[in-house]
Amino acid sequence: MSVSRKTRDTLAFWGFVGPFLIGLAVFAYLPMGWSVYLSFFDARNTVTPSVFVGLDNYAHMLTDGPFLASLGTFSVFALAIVPLTFVLSLALAVGVHQLRFARAFFRSVFFLPFACSYVVASLVWKTSLFSGVRYGLANTVLGLFGADPVAWTGTVDPPLYWIVLVTARLWLQLGFYMILFLAALQRIPGRLYEAAWLDGAKPGWQVFRHITLPQLRATSVAVLLLNLINAYQAFDEFYNIMGDSRGYPPFARPPLVYLYYTSLGSGGQDLGRGSAGAVLLALLIALVTLVQGRLFRFDRGALS
Amino acid sequence: MNGAVVKAVLRWTALIVAAALFLLPFYLLLRNGLASRAEITAPDWTLWPRQVHWENFARLFSLEDVPFARSLLNSAVVATLQTLGLLVICSLAGYGFARIPYRHSKTVFYAVLATLMIPTSVTFVPSFVVVSSLGWLSDLRGLVIPGLFSAFSVFLFRQYFLDFPRELEEAGRVDGLTRWGVFRRIVVPNSRGFFAAIAVISVIGSWNAFLWPLIIAQSPDSWTVQVALSGLLTSQNPQLNLLFLAAAVSILPIVLLFAFLQRYLVRGVTESGLKG
Repeated sequence: MSVSRKTRDTLAFWGFVGPFLIGLAVFAYLPMGWSVYLSFFDARNTVTPSVFVGLDNYAHMLTDGPFLASLGTFSVFALAIVPLTFVLSLALAVGVHQLRFARAFFRSVFFLPFACSYVVASLVWKTSLFSGVRYGLANTVLGLFGADPVAWTGTVDPPLYWIVLVTARLWLQLGFYMILFLAALQRIPGRLYEAAWLDGAKPGWQVFRHITLPQLRATSVAVLLLNLINAYQAFDEFYNIMGDSRGYPPFARPPLVYLYYTSLGSGGQDLGRGSAGAVLLALLIALVTLVQGRLFRFDRGALS
Repeated sequence: MNGAVVKAVLRWTALIVAAALFLLPFYLLLRNGLASRAEITAPDWTLWPRQVHWENFARLFSLEDVPFARSLLNSAVVATLQTLGLLVICSLAGYGFARIPYRHSKTVFYAVLATLMIPTSVTFVPSFVVVSSLGWLSDLRGLVIPGLFSAFSVFLFRQYFLDFPRELEEAGRVDGLTRWGVFRRIVVPNSRGFFAAIAVISVIGSWNAFLWPLIIAQSPDSWTVQVALSGLLTSQNPQLNLLFLAAAVSILPIVLLFAFLQRYLVRGVTESGLKG
């Protein structure tokens, strides 16, 4: 008797999907579970703790300043990077899209920084462009106007280090979002513009505002959310620009940087608090994703 | 002069200025990488080093506390293994979800999607705990294996395979191929472009990754190139010219990818950026 078709399909399904699911269990579900477990224990320098502390780690995170401060740092960063990235990447996309020649050249130039890592960008920004020495590039430019050199990454009041951090990320990611906008611009049917022209809409801002922007709506939402979620995970440029051989300053610590120094830093590993922090951050971002999912469904419902 | 001309001039000026700003860091990498240490912060700054210091290469590759050549090799091995492994594992899973009828397929798929709500970097502490318990610190396995199981790649593969022409697969079934045979001999060969797009994105992501290698690759012998660069950068009194040269060398492989595979890269970016 041969095995039924259905059984064979079931076996095939697990054959195809199984290897991935095993990996997902070990490297996604297990860590999250373990993290929740550790977050209820005093887990300093151990992964198999024995002192149950209940919600103490959470209470500590939520009442102690640094964790909340890290969320504040993220908010400031997001408030700067999200709108700037949106406007500038859209501007680049529109600029490149309108070109009749040299379009591929400009597209490649703006996209090229995507090849670089955050470490490479940090290096150029920290030791050359915004180097605090008299002859760093930004200081040289300031010098042309007779201004004194500025310690860019070391100035807290006003927080000039934000200029360094934000421009580095802009350089790295604008091209990526420009590519997304370009793809969307190319999909806008030409007849919409013809119709607008027949209706007497002035080319330029009016057409952009009433034809182009509404057609870019789905892409715009995707760009904003992707950008926000990426900013939430910012680590590389903060670690490399703000940190040095003496360590990391007590300010300008976004969530992942804070978690890194709490749970794995040289001052002793506190995996209990680190895990509690990870759980809180995960819940927060999951909430954002869920709300976004709802908004999307709501969108579709409204359109149909 | 009429308005259209003014507008065109303004637009071109803006684009050219922007392009110059975008290229400036690349120029600095080369200029400073080939300069002497003093020239980088000298008051009389020259556009190009007065004398090109080729010996910087030799010095970079013979640094004592940072094994730079080794770190390049490590990154190449990690990027290659991770990309190949990810393509196999995630394409199989994506195909299974897209095409193989199974009663609980939807439920399982939702369990996979649920993990997408939380970016992997947010859970680096617990992942570190798991990997260190496996004894994979400062070990190739710790760098490569956790990155093979990308729920997002499975999602992208599934979307792609849902649109794959069924007639092609049915022709294969008629010829007596098994599901595995159909996948290997018909689906994969006809999806080269999509596989290439995912591969390019994966290579770049792996090569440029920093946080995970930073916590896993603890002994200098296991450093990836990004960890080595960061080590140079955050060291006491770094040798700036070697630092810039190291960065220039580190981006070379990815810039080559850009030059020759940009078509796939753009496809990968739009697929992953907009479907997500």
